[in-house]
Amino acid sequence: MRCRKCSAKAIIRLPRHNTAFCPPCFSEYVTDQVQRAIKGDRMFGHAEGVAVAVSGGKDSLVLWEILSRLGYRTLGLHIDLGIGEYSRISQRKVEVFASARNLPFVVHSLRENHGAGITEIAEGVHRPPCSACGVIKRYNMNVIALQHGMPVLATGHNLDDEASRLLGNVLHWQDDYLDKQSPVLPNSHPKLVRKVKPLYRLAEREIAAWAVLQKIDYIVDECPNSVGSKMFVYKDALNRLEDAAPGTKHQFYFQFLDRQKARAQVSPIEPDLRECVSCGQPSTAEICSYCKLVGTLQREAEPALKVLK
Amino acid sequence: MKILLHHPPREAALKGPKKVLQVLRELEILPDTVLVIRGEELIAEDEIVNDSDTIEVRPVISGG
Repeated sequence: MRCRKCSAKAIIRLPRHNTAFCPPCFSEYVTDQVQRAIKGDRMFGHAEGVAVAVSGGKDSLVLWEILSRLGYRTLGLHIDLGIGEYSRISQRKVEVFASARNLPFVVHSLRENHGAGITEIAEGVHRPPCSACGVIKRYNMNVIALQHGMPVLATGHNLDDEASRLLGNVLHWQDDYLDKQSPVLPNSHPKLVRKVKPLYRLAEREIAAWAVLQKIDYIVDECPNSVGSKMFVYKDALNRLEDAAPGTKHQFYFQFLDRQKARAQVSPIEPDLRECVSCGQPSTAEICSYCKLVGTLQREAEPALKVLK
Repeated sequence: MKILLHHPPREAALKGPKKVLQVLRELEILPDTVLVIRGEELIAEDEIVNDSDTIEVRPVISGG
């Protein structure tokens, strides 16, 4: 197999683009896709600070590496979820990565700050761990990024993440979520960061391959709480479709984005935001999801757990 | 050949030589869901894996 660009020996085939690349041409392709996302979707400029949500996994470390190589001012944000050995290894990957590159980062430990890890918190509020984790991460990432003067929060969501999320939202016709599923969520309130997904043009396998080629040491193990997650079921379904018809995931997600843009031009979506009566953070409801979760925890799990805030 | 698999960590063995793609098909793994690594090097799906080789089949799918 030869590189379609330079005819050197290829190390990766990209069936969805009907192409194959050698290491240097593949690296250029990956960086180009990220730059295209940042510039094409007007995600951020060089004058802005970008907080990067880093878990220690391949996507977030690749994102951080590319943004710093492109000269953006970044701050890594790592949330220690308090899931035993898995969380210890994840944080270590972030620390080693950051220290080798002299990149600044902040760690927010659920156990240190809130008295419990995500597993106990999820059990305490009777919610699936991924659901409680999402609420806590979104809230804390936003607050911490703004505390550090970062107006933008970049996450490592890739094409597979977005296509599988889209599939889940379509299967359940979750219109509210469909409206918000975009590579860029503007800061529609002064207390909100702009949320961006610069890896949305790249498949999960492309990102992992780039990490291996660049010798980025990431955690390969999956979060123990994600076992049985619906997201894996959706990804598996899409991967089977992709194997039979390369390009399916790309078409599914990108055609959705085209339709979403067309709809937004006809009737722009203006979120109806107010400030949470409990914490003052922006919310579409009187009490934000985070404070509802904390309230449930206080009612149902105290005194076994310390109060979250 | 020795094959190192993840989730859960385990080993498998197949007779070589075989192309990477053939190895994955025999293991019933979709090529788009993994990387195949020999030593520290990523190897392409048309690469031959010999009987004496050890390869890692590393999943690329995460919970998102």
